[in-house]
Amino acid sequence: MVQVFFAYFALASIAAGVLTVALRHPVHCGLALLALLLHVSGLFILLNAEFLWAVQVIVYAGAILVLYLFVLMLLNLKTDERYFHSSYLYFLAPAAIGAVYVLALLIRSPFGGAKGDAPNEAVLRDGDTYAVGIKMFSDYLLQFEIVGVFLLGAVIGAIVLAKTPKPITNKHER
Amino acid sequence: MIPLNAYVAVSAVLFIIGLLGVLIRRNFIIVLMSVEIMLNAATINLVAFSHYLESMAGQLVALFIIAIAAGEAAIGLAIIIVVFRGKISTNVDEMNLLKW
Repeated sequence: MVQVFFAYFALASIAAGVLTVALRHPVHCGLALLALLLHVSGLFILLNAEFLWAVQVIVYAGAILVLYLFVLMLLNLKTDERYFHSSYLYFLAPAAIGAVYVLALLIRSPFGGAKGDAPNEAVLRDGDTYAVGIKMFSDYLLQFEIVGVFLLGAVIGAIVLAKTPKPITNKHER
Repeated sequence: MIPLNAYVAVSAVLFIIGLLGVLIRRNFIIVLMSVEIMLNAATINLVAFSHYLESMAGQLVALFIIAIAAGEAAIGLAIIIVVFRGKISTNVDEMNLLKW
């Protein structure tokens, strides 16, 4: 049963990714990106990361994607006749060869390592949100604060960038 | 039980799709969307390793990635609005003001 869900989420997210890159109209690309984000969040559920699933749905699909769609509607883009780069065929063949090589390496390689301090039984018993919260506010507090400062800077930067510039000629004319 | 290699393979495929999108699309907004695909591929990798190696660090870094993606989207879209106001185009080939 888990294999069926994994195959569905994996194939659907890859198909949605291909559509995001290949579709012509930007709004259609945004909707394909929405499908990709939701299926990736399904993969998080299979990995027992339900807090990350909620964050992915709320922040990515709820906030970031709505921001993209707002900007698309604000700009009212025309669809280009040629929407790929002019020499995109030169990129495709090396990318395909490299992808096959990397995939062969990845599928054959034995991943492993020392187990960490959060065994799956404990995470399942207490809940993923509990485990993430305990770890976040003990060992990762400094990174958490840094992300807060980063988001404040991003907000101020976006407002300053997107503000309509005022005409500056008044003071010198007097 | 799904092997870890399956998750890593899905992540690699998504990353390559996003990289191709950055390279071959000409619309700046689609380029930013492809960057989001690449960030999602990295997030899948982190969460998969966090589950299989039984450590919480991967999920925390994935949370930070999502926060940084939000900031990146806000700044990128603000830059798109500024460029579009001046030149009426979101084509990456025509944004060459800073090019030598």
